[in-house]
Amino acid sequence: MAAPMLRGCCLARRGALACIDGGSRHGRGAAIGCRSSGKRGRSSVAQQPLITAQKSGKGEHAWAAVVGLEIHAQISSNSKLFSGSQVQFAAPPNSLVSFFDASLPGTLPVLNRRCVEAAVMTGLALKCHINKKSLFDRKHYFYADLPAGYQITQQRLPIAVNGSLEYSVCVGKKRSQVITRTARIKQIQLEQDSGKSLHDELRSQTLIDLNRAGVGLLEVVLEPDMSCGEEAATAVRELQLILQALGTSQANMAEGQLRVDANISVHHPGEPLGVRTEVKNLNSARFLARAIDSEIERQINELENGREILNETRSFDCKLGCTIPMRDKEGKQDYRFMPEPNLPPLLLYDTASLPPGADPQQVINIDRIREQLPELPSETREQLVQQYGMLPEHSFTILNEVGLLEFFQNVIKETRAEPKKVTSWILNNFLGFLKQQNLAVNESPVTPSALAELLNLLDRKAISSSAAKQVFEELWRSKGKTPSQIVSEKQLELMQDGEALNQVCLAVMEEHPQVVLAMKRGNPRAINKLIGLVRKATLSRADPTVIKEILEKKLSS
Amino acid sequence: MLGRTLREVSAALKQGQITPTELCQKCLSLIKKTKFLNAYITVSEEVALKQAEESEKRYKKGHSLGDLDGIPIAVKDNFSTSGIETTCASNMLKGYVPPYNATVVQKLLDQGAVLMGKTNLDEFAMGSGSTDGVFGPVKNPWSYSKQYREKTKHKAHGENEDSNWLITGGSSGGSAAAVATFTCFAALGSDTGGSTRNPAAHCGVVGFKPSYGLVSRHGLIPLVNSMDVPGILTRCVDDAAIVLGMLAGHDPKDSTTVQDPVKPFTLPSLTDVSKLCIGIPKEYLTPELSSEVQSLWSKAANLFESEGAKVIEVSLPHTSYSIVCYHVLCTSEVASNMARFDGLEYGHRCDIDVSTEAMYAATRREGFNDVVRGRILSGNFFLLKENYENYFIKAQKVRRLIANDFVNVFNSGVDVLLTPTTLREAVPYQEFIKEDNRTRSAQDDIFTQAVNMAGLPAVSVPVALSNQGLPVGLQFIGRAFHDQQLLTVAKWFEKQVQFPVTQLQELMDDCSSVFEIEKLASVNFC
Repeated sequence: MAAPMLRGCCLARRGALACIDGGSRHGRGAAIGCRSSGKRGRSSVAQQPLITAQKSGKGEHAWAAVVGLEIHAQISSNSKLFSGSQVQFAAPPNSLVSFFDASLPGTLPVLNRRCVEAAVMTGLALKCHINKKSLFDRKHYFYADLPAGYQITQQRLPIAVNGSLEYSVCVGKKRSQVITRTARIKQIQLEQDSGKSLHDELRSQTLIDLNRAGVGLLEVVLEPDMSCGEEAATAVRELQLILQALGTSQANMAEGQLRVDANISVHHPGEPLGVRTEVKNLNSARFLARAIDSEIERQINELENGREILNETRSFDCKLGCTIPMRDKEGKQDYRFMPEPNLPPLLLYDTASLPPGADPQQVINIDRIREQLPELPSETREQLVQQYGMLPEHSFTILNEVGLLEFFQNVIKETRAEPKKVTSWILNNFLGFLKQQNLAVNESPVTPSALAELLNLLDRKAISSSAAKQVFEELWRSKGKTPSQIVSEKQLELMQDGEALNQVCLAVMEEHPQVVLAMKRGNPRAINKLIGLVRKATLSRADPTVIKEILEKKLSS
Repeated sequence: MLGRTLREVSAALKQGQITPTELCQKCLSLIKKTKFLNAYITVSEEVALKQAEESEKRYKKGHSLGDLDGIPIAVKDNFSTSGIETTCASNMLKGYVPPYNATVVQKLLDQGAVLMGKTNLDEFAMGSGSTDGVFGPVKNPWSYSKQYREKTKHKAHGENEDSNWLITGGSSGGSAAAVATFTCFAALGSDTGGSTRNPAAHCGVVGFKPSYGLVSRHGLIPLVNSMDVPGILTRCVDDAAIVLGMLAGHDPKDSTTVQDPVKPFTLPSLTDVSKLCIGIPKEYLTPELSSEVQSLWSKAANLFESEGAKVIEVSLPHTSYSIVCYHVLCTSEVASNMARFDGLEYGHRCDIDVSTEAMYAATRREGFNDVVRGRILSGNFFLLKENYENYFIKAQKVRRLIANDFVNVFNSGVDVLLTPTTLREAVPYQEFIKEDNRTRSAQDDIFTQAVNMAGLPAVSVPVALSNQGLPVGLQFIGRAFHDQQLLTVAKWFEKQVQFPVTQLQELMDDCSSVFEIEKLASVNFC
């Protein structure tokens, strides 16, 4: 369900793909982590990665954690699921509210075609079975930002079922081994978002903003096939990339377009699953993994100390770094589900079942949507590996960072440099700088064109690679300057004039007869000293290999 | 002029015998004179006069919008009317002014109809007497008719006559009374379990419930979404057909309306019923049915038979389960539909502000009457996880069986079913309130609610006066979306029975113009 959410707490940017090292990074209390157990079968409990609790002197006791996810993704559409109101982030409060959204008596829901198409497309991309007939239900609870007193959702017969989500984790000491895991998708359902409640504790009042009320959501239910926070976070990241590639959701967590609830339990392998808790409103990618791991840790501690796990709803306190019980008893509510009587069953067709003469505006053809499926992230990564000889783990990094793939492709388009060189520069230098400055790709002062130009200079040996790094740093500082401008301002171009370099070499040799003598006596390190001196004299503008050639030639003559 | 039918007065307007403004003023003055009946909650006098003026301009230019242009109409106060208070006869919605028109209201206005006001009802249309609204009960105009007074003179001896007034039936009692007292030519009611047909029968007017999905519910404040339909109350079957022609058809704002285009139609005048097959459901012959209604029912069947129609006894075997099943489904949807009334966005809000939950509780306690609260409670009980299978699902299955009963009967060659509308004629208020709303609803909806469960069209046609001088109605039930055929049969029947006009001279002795139409041939039917 779309629980009320207060935004603004944890804005974060995620790193690359999940790198799991067997639990050693989690130092406190019980050790939690995921171990690679090879390819896991579907929900086979015995094969769940084990977690070792290192508490007390009772000896080691193995625990397995089971994590399932409910993910709400706001559908990217112009209007809401059942009304014509616009969908827009950060609009003035209550400015996007139709009579239906405010639940004025007598108003009726009218299903938005775009939202249905988005659900079908997402279902297809996640290898779901699309139900040709699905139903809408009312889920009742009283909350100030739920004006009708119920949410219209798909409880009995959702639009898509039985899919799967593949995601990859890096394992091994160098985290260079990529392992693909699969989380089964139980169902995808269409439902309404709620409004927002803003609690003013000071004046003890609640302010309601209904702009979000009635926005279409895709609820994606992942079976409990994950076993730790990193796996869950990686699965969510992969889903996010898929939704963004499809265009069915912007899936921006900071704007609340992607929200996650996690069902978590622990048990001893071979024994039945433990009592689960639900951790709600994991609305920040950064805290998703931490919240889940801390809840697993808490449950193990509770059980190790002879206490019981309550079937309850909890939330993650990012300041305390642990989960706490939620005050409202939402988890225990009886939602009194009932069929939504104002919406007939949602019927979908494929080319074979399409009724002859049907108005294309009135029917949705699953096969047509299948034809329109864009390239999915896994295919894009495969493409990067194939086309540019990229390492698989690098292809993950390129896709995981928002905007980095586009940046990469734009650089590739404009440069003659080797793709491997481009990848290396982007992942090492460019991404390093972004991280250091805590910037997003689209905030980078270095444009793809500038980097491409720099790599071109390097490629045609106009500058040395150390000079290139200098230029790159300069690009970061002085916005608006091109690499060529910087090169000429700082006189960083390599000396192309052989005679001039010859002169410099001669002069250096004359100035340092002892070094020349040492070299002649066979000291192998002496030539390096001379090279260094020549470079210094040329302000690093000469290619060391060329210098070495000249020096050797002169010494042997 | 006011005693005429919609069709007649429409012709008079076209011929210039009367102007829309004159007509509107006459109706307004009659509304004032009959105020004590409590038929209207809101009289939209200013709006009506303005609309009449506009209509008059159109007539003068020769650009009349059609049959409804300039015709005074009334609308039950559970249809949203833009700029006009819409209360559902509940404290919860006192002072609520919708910002939009229900589709049916908009369609009537687009045809030039003049809205006289919003009519009284049971709170949120929950009731069968029009006695349980926050604005007080509606009085049946027949309580004051010459026909009834003459018959009951001896009984009234020694009693205060005023305390002996009769109920209108409900929940669209205000609309039925408004049409019966000539304050408008057609009125909208709503029909969930019989709320249009029941008061129509008690007030001696035609009450039509269209097929579910033929007429938009957008803007109708719901009771039970899966059974509600806007109903039409008129003084004759032809008028109901005219109004239906204006209202029927797909509404993009109501996804449950039919997609196929519906064309306006006029009812043919049947001369030959010999090809008709009339079904008489044997389960409708219940012990509670008054002998008088029963005899009128069989006379009606005989009439068809004598005119050559095939009249056969049929069986609707699941009828006896219908009312219980209706109760479960109705209250469940009520519980859900009423959840929106929380005092936040619109309507009543209590003064308590210690917490949101306390505010909800007090708002809903103050806003709803006992009947509404009772239905919400039982509905929520039926929807509880532990009860859902045993009550809601079961009731839905029974609903399917009931609907199939009708399908089977119609598949066997029956064109139209003929049944009583109510068990008996209207009873005095004092007697009616001896039983609670729930008991009364269960009794009074007995012949009507199964039709809503099956989504079929049905019409109550006044047939004759009882021994007490009160109207009795009979019900025709048709196949789904065969509304036109149903009304055609009803029209033929109406012509045969020649139901008498209410004689309200004593009530409104200075309104002689109302009764200018010549006295109809005396009733030879009973």
